[in-house]
Amino acid sequence: MGKLKNLNPITRSNIITYVMVVILYAVMQALLSAKVISSSTAGLLVPITAYICLSISLNLVVGISGELSLGHAGFMSVGAFTGVIVASMLAGSISIGWVRLLVSMLVGGAFAGLAGFVVGVPVMRLHGDYLAIVTLAFGEIIKNLLNNLYAGFDANGLHLSMTSAQALGMEGGKIVINGPQGAVGIMKLSNFTMGFLLMLFTLFVVLNLVNSRTGRAIMAVRDNRIAAESVGINTTKYRLIAFVVSAALAGMAGALYAQNFSSIVPKKFDFNTSILILVFVVLGGMGNIRGGIIAAIVLTILPEKLRFIGDFRMLMYAIVLIAVMLITNNRAIQSKIADMRERLRRRGDDKAALAIDAEGGAEHE
Amino acid sequence: MSRDVKGTYKAQSSRKEEVKGTYKAQSAAASRRKTSDADTGAGTHGHRRPTTRMVPVPSESIVPERDVDKSPILECRHLGIDFGGLRAVDDFNLMIGRTEIAGLIGPNGAGKTTVFNLLTKVYAPTRGTIMLDGVDTAGMDTPKVSQAGIARTFQNIRLFDSLTVEDNVRIGLHNQIKCGMWSGMLRLPRHWVSEKEFHDRSLELLDVFHMADNANDIAGSLPYGAQRRLEIVRALATNPKLLLLDEPAAGMNPSETSELMDNIVRIRDMFNIAILLIEHDMDLVMGICEGIAVLNFGKIIAKGTPHDIQNNPQVIEAYLGKQDEGE
Repeated sequence: MGKLKNLNPITRSNIITYVMVVILYAVMQALLSAKVISSSTAGLLVPITAYICLSISLNLVVGISGELSLGHAGFMSVGAFTGVIVASMLAGSISIGWVRLLVSMLVGGAFAGLAGFVVGVPVMRLHGDYLAIVTLAFGEIIKNLLNNLYAGFDANGLHLSMTSAQALGMEGGKIVINGPQGAVGIMKLSNFTMGFLLMLFTLFVVLNLVNSRTGRAIMAVRDNRIAAESVGINTTKYRLIAFVVSAALAGMAGALYAQNFSSIVPKKFDFNTSILILVFVVLGGMGNIRGGIIAAIVLTILPEKLRFIGDFRMLMYAIVLIAVMLITNNRAIQSKIADMRERLRRRGDDKAALAIDAEGGAEHE
Repeated sequence: MSRDVKGTYKAQSSRKEEVKGTYKAQSAAASRRKTSDADTGAGTHGHRRPTTRMVPVPSESIVPERDVDKSPILECRHLGIDFGGLRAVDDFNLMIGRTEIAGLIGPNGAGKTTVFNLLTKVYAPTRGTIMLDGVDTAGMDTPKVSQAGIARTFQNIRLFDSLTVEDNVRIGLHNQIKCGMWSGMLRLPRHWVSEKEFHDRSLELLDVFHMADNANDIAGSLPYGAQRRLEIVRALATNPKLLLLDEPAAGMNPSETSELMDNIVRIRDMFNIAILLIEHDMDLVMGICEGIAVLNFGKIIAKGTPHDIQNNPQVIEAYLGKQDEGE
């Protein structure tokens, strides 16, 4: 404990985040094996891990890079559908489920990163509200493109079409993505452990990136663009790096998410999903990765747990959101919490001081 | 008073007319000469051209004597920018010696900060060239100019407020120590080596201003004077050849200002760089600047040593207005 205190505050905060995620996983695994939690809650576990990954990755753009992006679900869907295609194509060659999922996540992430780059190059010329509007538009464009995408594969390999399933010209084989009907007959490869590992990976990438030369440049651009340029930082490059890395991580989470269901439609990844992810980030505190994780968990479970009040549940959801915002922004409550923290720390320090005194005394004797 | 100033302005413009008149007369004379040359040239085939007498062009540029045998660090020629119909800066010529502390002064709105923004390419100049250490900076953007060796501070402080003091300096060192995105993201050995170097060098730089103890404080929470000092440290971290200070003493009391004066001279001697500063505090300008340029309405009206400037009637006029001769 003493050692933990001596560490650099950022390193300490990162360790706490990792430990929190690991403990959450361990507890849930224990509960799962003890069969305490209901099957409906158990079914939420993979979506929760996917949402956590999305929340962490969007935090890189919204919190660290300081740009409002409203098209995150678009990149998630690119990863999801690419992942589904890759996984079904590899079904014959790779028999181990988790390896196939891993490959599909990597390819999905790569394609989503590519989409992020293509979108990012024009979008990064803009700032603030304009950037938000344009990312929203790109999110919708991606959704509509996928709505018209037909994909299948047969002995000749992969066929893609933007018109109809007939236009694919398949000779037998299997249609993987069927336009607006989305991907059907997906093999369920995702599980809680894979979700947990992806979560750790996302955390690792984002936290490392933030605390490196690249991350400092990204935060410098956020804090003061003119000053960042004046010390020789290419602002467009670093904003683009944050955007592309975030898109790639969203794509990986999308591949995980999609392969938790037997079918998935492009309509799932619409503006509402983008906003949902943004709400995780904003509610958890922009730039606060740990807060984003907690918000993703609470806001995914809450609507399910409120099912018993029927139509009122979205109302409750909204009330909870507003209440959290008001409470966390209330000066009086903030200072109360700060006071409590200070008192706790002082108590800890007193104990440490006592311990040091005791040691010192022992040495003297 | 205002009428006086107007009068002066009119007087100035009429003088300009006069100057223009002489110029016209000169050019007319030149063209006349040319035709006569052509006439004589046509007559004598052996000597097409008579020997032209070449004379050195008188230069207005001044540099400290110790820098005269080295190439100047900055040379602006006919620099100018228009904002729509407004000529914010026009025909700005300035040369700065390699280790000179130069001052740029002038009444409010004269275009001093605009000159800084032109030098750092925040604005693209409409006319003229900027040579930094013999390299033309045309086509460079702000980050490129910083890499080429111009660092600056801002009139209204621009720090990375939410980051620590040390991180601010580390960001200044961004182009001095390289480490790619992948090494940082995957924590490759290169990352750890470069982070150690970042840490050591930023503390070293902070030590110049005795700020190493504040390394872990949040930059935005520092007192005003410390924020100004941190901005200078961050600018120095980019390893500049020329440091531009925009009103470094703004908001400081006399004792802080005199400390700042010592620091500016100390920085110049330590890093062996040139410094160009904008300042309204005449004690500071006259105390440490070696060459001073005075800007008024976007044009340089005087250049010289502090002594020259203090006694220059045009400068006094620009600052105080002209005394009516009739009174």
